[in-house]
Amino acid sequence: MAQVGTERVKRGMAEMQKGGVIMDVVNAEQAKIAEDAGAVAVMALERVPSDIRAAGGVARMADPRIVEEVMNAVSIPVMAKARIGHIVEARVLEAMGVDYIDESEVLTPADERFHLDKKSFTVPFVCGCRNIGEAARRIGEGASMLRTKGEPGTGNIVEAVSHLRLVQSQIRKITSMSEDELMTEAKEHGAPYEILLQIKKEGRLPVVNFAAGGVATPADAALMMELGADGVFVGSGIFKSDNPSKFAKAIVEATTHYQDYALIAELSKDLGTAMKGIEISTLDASQRMQDRSQ
Amino acid sequence: MRIKIGVLGLQGAIREHIWALEKTGAEVTVVKTVEHLEGLDGLVLPGGESTTMRRLLDKYELFEPVKAFAQQHPVFGTCAGLILMAQHIEGQKGPHLGLMDIDVRRNAFGRQVASFEAELAIQHVTEAEDFIGVFIRAPYILSVGPEVEVLATYADKIVAARQGPFLTCAFHPELTEDYRMHQYFYEMVKDYKEKQSVAKA
Repeated sequence: MAQVGTERVKRGMAEMQKGGVIMDVVNAEQAKIAEDAGAVAVMALERVPSDIRAAGGVARMADPRIVEEVMNAVSIPVMAKARIGHIVEARVLEAMGVDYIDESEVLTPADERFHLDKKSFTVPFVCGCRNIGEAARRIGEGASMLRTKGEPGTGNIVEAVSHLRLVQSQIRKITSMSEDELMTEAKEHGAPYEILLQIKKEGRLPVVNFAAGGVATPADAALMMELGADGVFVGSGIFKSDNPSKFAKAIVEATTHYQDYALIAELSKDLGTAMKGIEISTLDASQRMQDRSQ
Repeated sequence: MRIKIGVLGLQGAIREHIWALEKTGAEVTVVKTVEHLEGLDGLVLPGGESTTMRRLLDKYELFEPVKAFAQQHPVFGTCAGLILMAQHIEGQKGPHLGLMDIDVRRNAFGRQVASFEAELAIQHVTEAEDFIGVFIRAPYILSVGPEVEVLATYADKIVAARQGPFLTCAFHPELTEDYRMHQYFYEMVKDYKEKQSVAKA
């Protein structure tokens, strides 16, 4: 008997995306540019994070018409964002047949206390994390893929770097801990014990972990791969640049060959202006998307 | 005899294939550039996104070298690898590597919500219907040429096949801890190498 929505099928889908770039798109035309550039998936949105940031107000799930248009335009997987804890937005996206849902802090949270019970869905979910506690809690809720939160829509890589480094160093620590220390470690992180035990045994997270939130250049993408990301999400960076097609191709190639520095130099020539970017310290607390969930 | 198998390392489930192949006793390396093909006895084309892999194959002038390598060595393709190996892809002009006389349909079982796992019987690989096939936005084979042996079907669709030194499946044996499919490929590579060294002698 065939079984759909199993852990293996949901996590496996993310495994197939490894080493690739997932690009934010707002219409069919951008989706095609992303696919032609070699994106492994696209994230269908109404507005990219930097525009969400600029627009202010409440950011919600995209108009299903846009998601549908993108799904019809490309053969690569299509992801879409639902608000944190918004059971119905997630069910709507699942019913539409999107391939992956991002329960995302880029949108305004619908629930300030609870995330979705992602195990109860057939569609797989990706969630953001800044540390091992958030990572383990999201896995415990059923996330099949993780990504760093970074600070979305800023074009500033600093937060994504700090989140990825922290998660990696916490994994190293857990791996080297004695098993009788793990319960206290779990308590301190607010993390499910079983997930930490699994991390300890395997020496890695049980799901893939992509970089997201501030990737603006091919070198940024390569940096995140160098630090141990399994792949890269690029939000505002591509379609806010002067030549999106060229930019998108350059980011894909820099991600694949992240240690070929001469190549990255070539790829980075004449790309035009990257997105302007925001210095993190100029954001006040209410503008920090990464703080919207724990 | 030491058997060296490469895994095309551009994108996708690369490390899972490496872990599985290491269990068979093969020496395993990642192939990212043309030089990495040197000295290999066989090659695995992993699951991932076939359009992405093709673009990267072209970009780094790996496409022709991989095709040439396949004229003289066994190749095993899973999921996206199956698409790369097919001679006919429904709705698409021309094949990628075109190694096998098979006609395939991409994402044939539907989108991710329809992805599934099911128990399969695989010719030469299993003795019962006990191989967990993990199908993720998987393709299937619509029809095969006279030289192709069908190894497995699911719901009357062809999901694994062999043509001489070429092995392919629509599912992901690298996502389970059942290494029989990889073992079978290892034996194919070993036989092929032995026959070649006999022919040379």
